[in-house]
Amino acid sequence: MAGQAEHVTKDELWGGNRSPFSVSYGKMMMWFFLVSDALTFGGLLTAYGVIRHGSSDLWPVGEQVFEALPGLHGSYPLMYVALMTFILIISSVTMVLAVEAGHRMDKKGVVKWLGLTIIGGFFFLGSQAWEWSHFIHGSGGGFQVNQPMTVAAADDAGNTYQITLDNGTWVHMTSDFGHKYEHAMEAAEEPISHDAHGGHGEHATAETHEDISTMVPEEIILNKYTLEHKDGKDLRKLVVKGDDAKKIWAAMEPGSMAFGANMHKNEYAIQQQYANFFFFVTGFHGFHVFSGVLINIIIWLMAVKGVFEKRGHYEMIEKIGLYWHFVDLVWVFVFTFFYLI
Amino acid sequence: MERDDLIVNESYALNAKHDEAAGKQIRKKLYAVTVLLTVITIVEVFMGVAFKRNGTFTWEAIKLTFLVLTLVKAAYIVLIFMHLGDERKNLKYVVLLPYALFIMYLIFIGLYEGVSVQEGHNIFG
Repeated sequence: MAGQAEHVTKDELWGGNRSPFSVSYGKMMMWFFLVSDALTFGGLLTAYGVIRHGSSDLWPVGEQVFEALPGLHGSYPLMYVALMTFILIISSVTMVLAVEAGHRMDKKGVVKWLGLTIIGGFFFLGSQAWEWSHFIHGSGGGFQVNQPMTVAAADDAGNTYQITLDNGTWVHMTSDFGHKYEHAMEAAEEPISHDAHGGHGEHATAETHEDISTMVPEEIILNKYTLEHKDGKDLRKLVVKGDDAKKIWAAMEPGSMAFGANMHKNEYAIQQQYANFFFFVTGFHGFHVFSGVLINIIIWLMAVKGVFEKRGHYEMIEKIGLYWHFVDLVWVFVFTFFYLI
Repeated sequence: MERDDLIVNESYALNAKHDEAAGKQIRKKLYAVTVLLTVITIVEVFMGVAFKRNGTFTWEAIKLTFLVLTLVKAAYIVLIFMHLGDERKNLKYVVLLPYALFIMYLIFIGLYEGVSVQEGHNIFG
């Protein structure tokens, strides 16, 4: 077993010339590194908690923000991130099987399981790239209203509510209208140019976009990413139509409109920290996965070449295994705090 | 001069080996843990979708359940996958105790601070 639980007396154990922990120097240092890295992630997640706890505005709900699947329309709350979690857990399992194969000096087993771990790592990185791109791209965009008003809004079941919007309430466009408006806005910002240098050919199509000054949405969505309750009723994703939608549109705070997310603006929440924490924490974790995959590839090549066979033991697999499991461990916590709670 | 502060022999790594029979046992345990982690994740996602966050007691209980399930998952990953459960007791304590103490302190400070910021918002707008 990995623990080398041989029986030694206390005097022998602490008498020098051996590790009192019965682990090699490299493995102990990997553990110490992981403790310090865990403190970094712990600090990040705690900072997220502080900001979220101290926020006076509604915080976006994970299952309403993350509900898309690649290539599909409709709402699949948390399904994609559950898939990512599953991929990472499975790649953790293949890694621990590689460690087990190493303890039996089974070179073929190590190469197979470590190879599968690397593939799992690539799958996770790819998923995260899609997740980021979806988060950055957004779905429809939102803006703030700059005056209080009362509008009629309907839920899925057809119940109508009179909703009072405060000054500064964050509302959302439908994804169809939002994307059209975003393109028209970009086209309006950059003048149409058939420049001879080439490379800007896409602006030539700008003529086909509508004039943004005449664009008016037919529907506005309230509480798209946040959850409000009134008299025990669930008031998420209420739709405002017709004249009320126009009224909200007319009360748009200039310059407040945001599509998707970047480091300055985001459509998901009034709090920019929401997007920044998402980028930083999942990005930092993704960077760990990325470097883990690189290290795994190096060790895999060494295993294929028979370096560990010659060395007489496969402890290196155990050490990189520790790092890889740690990455999985961090994701378990990121999953809970960013997506579930 | 020869250094005497290095532990040169690789006996720790060499001792870690086991035979095919023991490997079978270990793999059985690993598969069981895999199933457990998968089931917990599915339950978590189901709970996240099914229950609405509405500040009621139910949601608070669900939130607490998420934390407990997360810690259970973390414990299985650390103790079984990372083999910390098979290491010597003193290594376990050296890794877990400082971390647990520091992080509990950090969470306490953080939430305390967050709550008072929130109160400030409520009072001063």
